[in-house]
Amino acid sequence: MKWLLTLVIFLSLSCKPETKASINLEVHDFEGIAPYLELEDSKTYVVNFWATWCAPCVKELPHFEALQAKYEDSVEVTLVSLDFPHQYETKLKPFIKKHNLKSKIVVLDDPDMNSWIPKVNPKWDGAIPVTLIYNTSKRLFYSRTFTYQELEAELKTFL
Amino acid sequence: MKTIFSLLLLFTTVIFTVDSQNKGYDIGDVATDFKLKNIDDKWVSLSDFKEAKGFIIVFTCNTCPYAVAYEDRIEALNKKYAPKGYPLIAIMPNNVKTKPGDSMKEMQKRAKQKGFTFPYLMDADQSIYPQYGATKTPHIYVLELTDRGPVVQYIGAIDDNYKDAALVKNKYVENAVDALLDGVPFEVHKTKAIGCSIKL
Repeated sequence: MKWLLTLVIFLSLSCKPETKASINLEVHDFEGIAPYLELEDSKTYVVNFWATWCAPCVKELPHFEALQAKYEDSVEVTLVSLDFPHQYETKLKPFIKKHNLKSKIVVLDDPDMNSWIPKVNPKWDGAIPVTLIYNTSKRLFYSRTFTYQELEAELKTFL
Repeated sequence: MKTIFSLLLLFTTVIFTVDSQNKGYDIGDVATDFKLKNIDDKWVSLSDFKEAKGFIIVFTCNTCPYAVAYEDRIEALNKKYAPKGYPLIAIMPNNVKTKPGDSMKEMQKRAKQKGFTFPYLMDADQSIYPQYGATKTPHIYVLELTDRGPVVQYIGAIDDNYKDAALVKNKYVENAVDALLDGVPFEVHKTKAIGCSIKL
């Protein structure tokens, strides 16, 4: 009975193609995200923590996209989404599709926030957006929003 | 000339950064009282609560999904601890011009829908949250009333699982208030959690 119910729910969900986008999300707990914060090669990594429900995050997202496009060889932008699991299908995937996001997107789903926020940076109070820029010689954490000019100026201090 | 200007800018930035880090309360600081308007149009201050032993202050709002995820748990905290002398007071810190969904009218509507039994106040001129050092919603401060005034005893999250109250392992706020009521020391005075930045 329970199985049948699940099937019915599944079928009713899959009958709405207009709300579904064919995007495979990469979802991790913090352990799965941590390697993206510690990559050691010739690239400079720009890691932005955001969510579709965060207005200032959404506003600055195009700047990260533009940065990735301009510096595609030397820089890798990673957008870490903090969207809620129940909104992956209804909000996050449609958002990615609508804005045609090209940067790498990973989703962080780990409710024990007090355990991992300080590991990203001890100064992070938990508000988003925040951005981490790092390479093998330098690492800085930004608890602020950026214009494109500001973001590119920061990046240049790493290149 | 340009160099001097850049240097000046750098200094201002440094000073500002240092300053902003020192803003807000730490554990042991005496918190300010306030006089803020409640959803019933009355003014509320800490000093109105003559029987209180302390307070659970929650900076929260209607529009942040994390704040919404905690609404029922906030209500439960007030039901449990107001009779024990630790009433919960919610303060909405956002600029309503930026977030119309947090207007007084919307606050009243939400409180009615959810049956809030605690005061839901508006920091209308956004003067109180910076003194506390709140940066996001939800952001909790547990205050203990002492001879010195309301002393900050806990800052941070309500518990360690925003998604599912049933999976919570550490009830940070409850642990703090229980210990304060028992007059015993407790371990976790500060925690961090993701929240929505307070809208200016």
